[in-house]
Amino acid sequence: MSEPVLSIENLSVSFSSRRGVARVVDGVDWEVHPGQTLAVVGESGSGKSMTVLAATGLSPRGAKVGGTVRLRGEDLGAMSEVERRRARGRHVGFVYQDPMTSLNPVMPVGRQVTEASEEHLGLRGDDARSRAVELLDMVGIPSPEQRVDNYPHQFSGGMRQRVVIAMALANDPELLIADEATTALDVTTQAQILELVESLQERLGTAVVWITHDLGVVAGIADQVAVMYGGRILEHGTVDHIFGSPGHPYTQALLAARPQPGVRADRLATIPGAPPVPHQLPPGCAFYPRCPVRGDERCRTEEPPLTEIAPGHRVRTFYRAPHSGIERPAS
Amino acid sequence: MTRFVLTRLAQSAVVLLGVTLVVFLLLQLVPGDPVRVALGTRFDQETYDALRERAGLNRPLPIQYLDYVGSALVGDLGVSFRSGEPVTQIVIERLPATAALALFAVVFALLVAFPLGLISAVKNGSPVDHATRVFSQFGVSVPDFWMGIMGIIVFAGMLGWLPPSGYTSFGEDPWEWFLHLLMPSVTVGLVTAAILTRFIRSSVLEAMSQDYVRTAEGKGLMPRRVVTRHVLRNALIPVVTVAAVQLASLLGGVIVIEVLFAWPGLGRLTYDAVQARDYPVLQGAVLLVAALFLLVNLLVDVLYAKLDPRISVT
Repeated sequence: MSEPVLSIENLSVSFSSRRGVARVVDGVDWEVHPGQTLAVVGESGSGKSMTVLAATGLSPRGAKVGGTVRLRGEDLGAMSEVERRRARGRHVGFVYQDPMTSLNPVMPVGRQVTEASEEHLGLRGDDARSRAVELLDMVGIPSPEQRVDNYPHQFSGGMRQRVVIAMALANDPELLIADEATTALDVTTQAQILELVESLQERLGTAVVWITHDLGVVAGIADQVAVMYGGRILEHGTVDHIFGSPGHPYTQALLAARPQPGVRADRLATIPGAPPVPHQLPPGCAFYPRCPVRGDERCRTEEPPLTEIAPGHRVRTFYRAPHSGIERPAS
Repeated sequence: MTRFVLTRLAQSAVVLLGVTLVVFLLLQLVPGDPVRVALGTRFDQETYDALRERAGLNRPLPIQYLDYVGSALVGDLGVSFRSGEPVTQIVIERLPATAALALFAVVFALLVAFPLGLISAVKNGSPVDHATRVFSQFGVSVPDFWMGIMGIIVFAGMLGWLPPSGYTSFGEDPWEWFLHLLMPSVTVGLVTAAILTRFIRSSVLEAMSQDYVRTAEGKGLMPRRVVTRHVLRNALIPVVTVAAVQLASLLGGVIVIEVLFAWPGLGRLTYDAVQARDYPVLQGAVLLVAALFLLVNLLVDVLYAKLDPRISVT
């Protein structure tokens, strides 16, 4: 297989406060290859966004980041602040959750779209403008020659997200990071945006990391899936592994909580309880307090290791729970 | 744009008309007879009646008001009870002193507040930020006349660098004009600077927490460029309003400071006119101040539309 565009090894992010040390990301590793899509799934506070922010050098002030991150084979940790900033701007594109707020309201969209090219490729004046028109055209914005001088408030939500995508693709990045990129959009627009990203990915061979809590989106676009909970990866595998034979009780519970088309239900299934608070993580398995299986004392006191149960399918549990029932792994 | 300005000017005229009515009626409620006060010890009934007749004070109120408004429209604001000079001339004469004081104070305040507020926000929580917050707290809490008195004691009394008070016109001697202007305008400016610093700091902090700033960081822009291109312009939009309101209120005359520094501006004029019950002058001064306020606000609205593409003024 080709060299991964982004690989992270044993990534951890922690914050120190008066209430103690909060480990919001702990021992995360995954990689994403050219043309491939990795979906990072989890509830709010599971550390999925923080993983990617820390990996690209955008973690908030006060965050302590550990582990190794390689972008195109180069160790980001060994770079200076300036080199890291350049590498990010040159090779990574970001699409954010809310297109209403992620664009600067007082700058024409064209300038925002090519700003990264100005900074990193030295694109200026008419060149920058025609590149902006080209990018807007590529993401399907009608009459881009006129729209390039418009301000964000003159666009609808879906069109703004297209602008953000054009902006992310300005430098032909090898990696596109979409952080809940369709969450703020209505379902129809969401489908259009997903389709757009998929077709662009096919055309440009970009690797995509898609952060989401929406399993429907994951099923639609992902090759690989990493399920995160309490700052850790609980399960990691191909989309077939995750949807076909989920190995972790949490993944199973998540899948069971999806609304089923054609099935009338008065109430959707939920996972009782709430995700753990980062500085009060349980000593054993992070999911133990909410786990429907609740194996034994070991789950409460000892953190299960991430174990490979099939080639490319890793699960962090003592109790592998295939569809047929609960089965004790051989140890 | 032209239509917007014309509409706003028409609206301003209506507001000014309202101002004249309110001031006119308020003055009728104030106890004390201006003609009596003007005559003082030289009082005798005949002169008194003649003066009231001449000033039109014996006519019914609505007639007096309509007469006043009618004359005001052609620039005649009546004559001072005290000096007999035309009010229009008196208030216009006082304008340069107040305008100089106000503009100088606001420019000084912006020069201080802008860098302080910006650094304080960008280096949030640093020693610079703490020092800045102490300064602005001090400036907001300490009354301006106290600072003025301290200034006079130190710079005029002890050091002898600056004149303690008074005014020299620019045409007469620009350097003296500047020296006289320095202390009162810095005194007023410090208070304004304190207010603006706090405001700029919070406005920049607010802008820095916006999603589009994260977007800019994601693009790998230089941190300085993130601030100048994305933070500043957004942060400055609300600052413009506050700075303009400060300027407008200073243009109305800073009564205490003008009295303290014997500054011949509108504030001092208003103060003297109240003391002397010189109603025409008081009316004229209030009218001019209101007009200045409206003008500054109109300018702000035009500027707003220039700064913020979301606001259209057509």
